[in-house]
Formats: sequence, structure tokens, C-alpha cells
Amino acid sequence: MERNLHRQLANMKKSLFDQGYLDEQFIQLEELQDAANPNFVEEVVTMYYRDSARLIQNIDHALEKNPLDFAKLDNYMHQFKGSSCSIGAKKLKNECTQFKEYCETGNGEGCKRTFQQVKKEYAALKKKLEHYFQFARQVGPVEKACRPK
Amino acid sequence: MAMGRVSLEKKFHVLAIDDSTIDRKLIERLLKISSYQVTIMDSGVKALEFLGLLDDDNGSIESTFTSTTQNHQEKVDLIITDYSMPGITGFDLLKKIKESESLKNIPVVIMSSENVQSRINSCLESGAEEFLLKPVQQSDVNKLRPHLLRGMPESNSFGY
Repeated sequence: MERNLHRQLANMKKSLFDQGYLDEQFIQLEELQDAANPNFVEEVVTMYYRDSARLIQNIDHALEKNPLDFAKLDNYMHQFKGSSCSIGAKKLKNECTQFKEYCETGNGEGCKRTFQQVKKEYAALKKKLEHYFQFARQVGPVEKACRPK
Repeated sequence: MAMGRVSLEKKFHVLAIDDSTIDRKLIERLLKISSYQVTIMDSGVKALEFLGLLDDDNGSIESTFTSTTQNHQEKVDLIITDYSMPGITGFDLLKKIKESESLKNIPVVIMSSENVQSRINSCLESGAEEFLLKPVQQSDVNKLRPHLLRGMPESNSFGY
């Protein structure tokens, strides 16, 4: 039943919000979709994962250097945080903020620890969003943006 | 009607600059939804080039023949730029535009992910019309319209 699928999709989205993976910005992105641009959110998210893979690598390499270049790390993370905010990745955004704070205080161990967390969240969100978009495509035409209750 | 002279088909032309691919995609979509004609650049240098503010001969920033500044591309009605960009920042871009005789009346809007009061103040003091916090949303883009309408000759008679 089509209504059941729509409800399942809505529940999936609600769960992503309840668990703190996504915030309001994701809804803002959905509101930019229309009949002519039905996959806008998925396109943006795909672009995000493609672009940020490079940044993640850069940060990994920079974290192996001795001594650490905190200005460089902060710069990379600033870009990564910005993109993460733009897609509404709430948990990721918070981890990024933490990382930047460690950069400011020159806490290398803090940076490394936090970055492990960043990578975990990054991978987890990727899986969840892939699953979400896959299901959304099955459900069919444009899912109207609606705030989870 | 007084507004009869305004062509309703003519779209306002917005030049948007951001070094982030994602944010470029976002701002382009937002501007197009508002029915603006959009040109997107990924750097301040390219924007200056597009605006005719880069002189490659004798180092002077602006061509002395003002007729050559914008005759190779369409008129720009508003410029919206990210603040933090490598090379020429959005702030540098703002200053260069406001220093230009031919371009200083084009409204400039700054976007930034950082909510720093001193940054906001210096941008506004240097002539930016708005300072938008990222991620930029539809409600932010709606703020551009009054600045665009102000540039229309007919708008003065309506007291906008």
C-alpha cells in the first residue's frame, strides 16, 4: 500500500531527527525540491560525500605529522564543518566544533580522539542516508517536505 | 500604470561567489527558485575578472575607459559572496567593488558560517547590505529583493 510506504519513509526520517543525526537544514533542503528538481537533496548529499572524502584524507594525513599544524587542521575542519552544516548533519557538526576547540587550545590528543569520532559519525550517517534515499526512490514521486512531529 | 515600463520578463542578475562546491549548489538553487538569473564563481579573483576589475597591463585595478568594464558581460544587479575564501576574501571583494566608480552602486551581500560581531560590523560599515549566516535559507534570500528593487529607476516613485 502506497500510504504504508509513505508512512515508513516518514518514520525513517523522524528517527534520523530523533536520534540527532539531522537538523532543520535537511528540511530546508527538501523544500528546495520540486517536480523539475526531484532529487536535489540526494544530489547535494552525494556531492557532500564525494567532496568531503578528500578533506577527511587531508585531515588524517595532517594528524600524522609531528608537530601538528593546528592552523592547517583548523582550516580543513572549517571547510568540513561548513559542508556538514549545509546538509543538516547535526551530530557531525557538533563533533567538528569540538575538534576546532581542541585546535584552538593546541590539544593534539583531543583532536585525534575527536576525529575518530567524526569518522564514525560520518560513516554512520552515510549509511543511514543511503538507505533513506534508496527507500525514498522506491516510494516514488517527490516527498513533500514535512517536519517530523 | 507607472510600472508598465518595467519588463516583467527581465530577471535580476545575481553574481554569487563561494569556494565550497556544496554551498555553490545551494545558493544557485535558492537564487533560481527566486527567479533570478544566476552566475556562479568559485573564487574572488574570477569574480573580479568577470566584473572587469582585474587589469593585466600596468597594475592599475580599474580600466580608465569605464565603458570597457562591463561591456563583455551582462549587467550585474547584486553580488552575494562568501566571506572566508582563499586568496581574495569576500571582504576584499566588497572593498574593491565599493572603491570602483562603475560598480560601487551594486548591492553586495556577505555570507559567513561564523557569527562574529566585529566581522558583521566591518562588513556593514564597508558597505555590505546584508550579512547572512550560513547555511543560507530561503528566508535569507528573500532579504535580497528590496535591495534589487531599489536599483530600479521606477522604484523611487513608490518610496521603496
